[in-house]
Amino acid sequence: MNAPEKVVMDGAAAVIPAAGVSRFHESARAQVAGAAHYIDDLPEVRGTLFAAPVMSNVAHGRLVGIDDTAARAMPGVRDIVYSRDVPGDKMLAAFAGDEPVFAIDTVQHVGQVVGLVVADTVMAARRAARKVKLDIEILPAILSVHEAHAAQSYVLPPVFVKRGDAARALSRAPHTLEGTLEIGGQEHFYLEGQVAYALPQEQNQWLVHSSTQHPGEVQHWVAHALGLHNHAVKVECRRMGGGFGGKETQAGHLAVWAAVAAHKLRCPVKLRFDRDDDFMVTGKRHPFAYKYTVGFDDNGLLSGLKLSMMANCGFSADLSGPVADRAVFHADNAYYLADVDIASYRCKTNTQSHTAFRGFGGPQGVIVIENILGDIARELGLDPLAVRRINLYDAAQPVGTPIDTSPEARNHTHYGMAVEDNILHPLLERLEASSAYQARRSAIALWNAKSPVIKRGIAITPVKFGISFTATLFNQAGALVHVYTDGSVQVNHGGTEMGQGLNTKVAQIVADELGVPFERVMATASDTSKIPNASATAASSGTDLNGRAAQYAARNVRDNLASFVCGLDGCGAGAIRFKGGQVISPVATRDFTDVVQRAYANRIQLWSDGFYRTPKIHYDKATLTGRPFYYFAYGAACSEVAIDMLTGESRVLAVDILHDVGTSINPAIDIGQIEGGFVQGMGWLTTEQLVWNEKGYLSTHAPSTYKIPATGDIPARFQVELWPEANREDNVFGSKAVGEPPFMLAISVYEALKEAIAAARGDGARVLLIAPATAENVLCAVMRPAGAD
Amino acid sequence: MTTTQPLRFIRRGQTVTLGNVPPTRTLLEVLREDLHGSGTKEGCGEGDCGACTVVLGAEEDGRLTYRAVNSCIRLAHSVDGMAVWTVEDLSDTDGTLHPAQEAMVQCHGSQCGFCTPGFVMSLFGMYQNHVAKGEAIDRKLAQEELSGNLCRCTGYRPILDAAQHMATLPAATVDEPSLLRKLQHLAQSTPAPEADSSYISPETLAALCEARAAHPEAQIVAGCTDVGLWITKMHMEFERVLDVTRAAELRRIEDGPTHLSFGAAVPLQDAYAALVADRPQLKSFAARFAGLPVRNSGTLGGNVANGSPIGDSMPLLIALGATVVLASIRGTRELPLEALYTGYRKNVMAADELLAFIRVPKAPSPAVELMKVYKISKRFDDDISAVCLALRLVLDGALVRSASIGVGGVAATPVRAVRTEAALTGQPWTVDTVRDAMAVLRGEFQPISDMRASSDYRREVLGNLLQRFWLESQGWQQVNLESLTLEAL
Repeated sequence: MNAPEKVVMDGAAAVIPAAGVSRFHESARAQVAGAAHYIDDLPEVRGTLFAAPVMSNVAHGRLVGIDDTAARAMPGVRDIVYSRDVPGDKMLAAFAGDEPVFAIDTVQHVGQVVGLVVADTVMAARRAARKVKLDIEILPAILSVHEAHAAQSYVLPPVFVKRGDAARALSRAPHTLEGTLEIGGQEHFYLEGQVAYALPQEQNQWLVHSSTQHPGEVQHWVAHALGLHNHAVKVECRRMGGGFGGKETQAGHLAVWAAVAAHKLRCPVKLRFDRDDDFMVTGKRHPFAYKYTVGFDDNGLLSGLKLSMMANCGFSADLSGPVADRAVFHADNAYYLADVDIASYRCKTNTQSHTAFRGFGGPQGVIVIENILGDIARELGLDPLAVRRINLYDAAQPVGTPIDTSPEARNHTHYGMAVEDNILHPLLERLEASSAYQARRSAIALWNAKSPVIKRGIAITPVKFGISFTATLFNQAGALVHVYTDGSVQVNHGGTEMGQGLNTKVAQIVADELGVPFERVMATASDTSKIPNASATAASSGTDLNGRAAQYAARNVRDNLASFVCGLDGCGAGAIRFKGGQVISPVATRDFTDVVQRAYANRIQLWSDGFYRTPKIHYDKATLTGRPFYYFAYGAACSEVAIDMLTGESRVLAVDILHDVGTSINPAIDIGQIEGGFVQGMGWLTTEQLVWNEKGYLSTHAPSTYKIPATGDIPARFQVELWPEANREDNVFGSKAVGEPPFMLAISVYEALKEAIAAARGDGARVLLIAPATAENVLCAVMRPAGAD
Repeated sequence: MTTTQPLRFIRRGQTVTLGNVPPTRTLLEVLREDLHGSGTKEGCGEGDCGACTVVLGAEEDGRLTYRAVNSCIRLAHSVDGMAVWTVEDLSDTDGTLHPAQEAMVQCHGSQCGFCTPGFVMSLFGMYQNHVAKGEAIDRKLAQEELSGNLCRCTGYRPILDAAQHMATLPAATVDEPSLLRKLQHLAQSTPAPEADSSYISPETLAALCEARAAHPEAQIVAGCTDVGLWITKMHMEFERVLDVTRAAELRRIEDGPTHLSFGAAVPLQDAYAALVADRPQLKSFAARFAGLPVRNSGTLGGNVANGSPIGDSMPLLIALGATVVLASIRGTRELPLEALYTGYRKNVMAADELLAFIRVPKAPSPAVELMKVYKISKRFDDDISAVCLALRLVLDGALVRSASIGVGGVAATPVRAVRTEAALTGQPWTVDTVRDAMAVLRGEFQPISDMRASSDYRREVLGNLLQRFWLESQGWQQVNLESLTLEAL
């Protein structure tokens, strides 16, 4: 059982603060009763019509004509909407401006949306959408990242990050390895598919219900497509049925499509994707391919690294720039790279436009260096953990000492940021002991020697993950806290709830700031008319940014109340405490509600905004140097696996995790993020295989063919512990961000599989394991002729 | 235009009656759109994610049965005369949550909450089938019975905890006598079937054969776990549907002296339970067949009649020497199962015929029979086979007296590996024989490459599975991940 209960005692009277305790998710009771509403559950306004996408069935071609006669003749069909019906800009307001709302003259991937059928029912729209005949003149398509790179087909220019002289370091290195690596993409598979509901209001104003991680961007995109100012569009989202990055930009497309249709037909339009359409249309985690040459000494200490990373971005830029950047920033993971030369190519292919996905390129950076270190260890006959350990950044210096900037200090990343808070040395030591890594590694070696068919492997991998949006401007947030005259509290912030428990944590923070019971605080739907210009809920930053903003908003109200009480009691404001639903001054202890009512009667402001921007960060996009991250989150996992040499099947047997969330605001929610992130990462590297056929058609486009982990896949032993130390930077309640970092702990499964494969081969040859490690890919790695690359 | 008869079921103790429900309307559409109950969710529309899970109650031999099913691919009319529970129907009127719900709250089992209604309903099914009968739910049982519900947020550990936690909470009971009375009343008050209804579900085999003869164009359905997708994904519409699941003879399992005889409408869950009782080594394979909601709805006859080359029952049934009985108003005929198929999803059934029974020879003494079935898929549970290999040898001392091998995933239909069988029959059961047979088996089929596996892999692994079979027959332990046992980790 990984579910902790932590009660903080305060002095003689046991006052349980809201934070630091495993509060239940604020919607849990509604969710288990079927009473939590998602977009498709909202009562439909009279006259609502339903839409379905018309999609390209060709990967690349010239759109010559459209014959929709048959579709228009079908029962219930009201209209079909195309690019010409977009009242504003026919290009989406995406960063790079390279995506049309609907395909205009060309189609660039199978599944690209050409138009939208609008009908009386969902099924009528979907049936008719299949009847629209597209006349497409086929053009050559680029379907692999290798073809794209060879043709220099890029969505954005390449980026190069260098430090020192990698070529010289390689030439002097006692050992070098050259290699390649292929890592597949990943479908988000949020259980709630993409959905938007656009409702025209009076005076050309719009209400859009969108299942989105970024209501502000949806607002901006819809306004842009409709030719309106942002103030005319209000976007609301109470909750998503999962996001994982897949509803950061991709939700905007649906909202724009629904709004354009609603604009043309002058009635509300709801667009809810069928699961198969969702797979075909929306972007996924970027598949990556790599080439590297690495130099190292007899102990496995890295000296030089030349690395090419090729990201398959799909047909447009979307978020590929920052995703590929983050892959570059995390190619060191936890290790000091002395002389390094990284080239990052953002390859354009005729597939869905790949997008944000938990880790946002980080996993694709981390896995390559972990792969390299595992290979080096086996090459040298060393324990991979020992090789990982000697390459770690130096341990954090005591707080307050000036940072040593010499190369000998081994504490600066390849992009010039000092790693000041590294706790991985003690963290790994503790995990190594708690997981009994060494004893199990020895036992596994003995077991493997006697086992003819099943081979086991064990690996520990760490993670160091940079927290902050790399685009510095996004690191800001706002919140509103309202105290009503009955003493109840409502909080609203710019973040979105996608299941991660953000609203629960923010309510805990506000409750403690006001000293009221947790139950008295209610979080409400994200709403662009309450908090403007909010950043996406992404980059693990939801609680750091919005929690702090809400804390400041609550603090403003509390200050107002404190001043008021000071006036009553003739004391200083610093003497007033808010705790346990009471307001305590040196003179009197009053019920919070009584104070609120008296303050209201005295015309004291009982609500406030709060605003937060992350300190210390700066980043130069031209030189790719600076401090893009406020701090790092750390963790490590020990995974044990078994493989079957006859079939390549594998099982994850045991997992031990030690992860750093700072001081946890809600241990149960944090552990939920760690376990959920780990299992999702495990799926990425084992069973979740995206297969595009030779025509660029995604043939794994439903859960029947695309396999995310199920109940039986989680290991029999699955231990999660939290690192007991507050964030060394000043972050809300001493906590650390938790959404993404644990995803990369699953790389330990991949490395353990490689250990098992090496045992199965027994020939000392390099293990080349294509991810995901399906049975077929594992068997390939076991049977690959030695020396073949 | 033909019409359907009123659809009636019991929900929250009341009879729900709906008129003019089209024959292809799904239960989920009825719940969400007609009854405005948004608690039940659509996650995939193909019975793979479980978000739409509801529980059906029915009377069988005087007792109430509870089955969790996928409402997204279940035809609404198929629940006529049953009790239906959705996630909105479990809590008390005063808001007290059912243990299945309360356990999910207490164990932090919901994050985004979208899969939660489906998990809650699967838990409710488990509660009625285990906890209410005083049986404990351990982690293994929870994993098995929840494998048809996908969650993308939690990593499942808290949900598995919740399954085990339910029994410790204050009990919630279903008033079964009252519900049985209501179901009986519903059955007695069923109007006489209209001959021209567009949803026909005859109650006897004879009536079924007559309906089949009268309406050869009607789409036959049983549990609808595949035909449901033709409707939701391929957007097919049928003028008329012939539901075989109400014919009493087709719902029976007969345990004879030499054979198990399965009515074609026996749910997969029940059919596999009977097969496992006869051959315990099939237990893991049975649990890996789809997820419980699919096994509760889908039928053995449907799996066989559908004839998918990657359906898992057929390799097993071929290896076991099963026969099928086809029925029509002209009488019945019996043929070997593999003789049913003539090509990709094509079979020998005449327009007026339907599959009535599947007859499976029972296991002889374990001393003479070696029988195993192997399945290769990307995910261990709830996945479709890339390759399925079922092997049955009857040994006569050291000699292979007969070999019977069924294979899935290697041809346009499920097939018998006749050349491999010949390579083994009459040979000594030795490593040399096995090595030769492995080569024959690898060469016997020309499987395609698709998203599940490449042709080369399928061929290679077929031979390797035969090798595993040999090793297991020689008493080798720890050569199969399914049965891997390790020291406490």
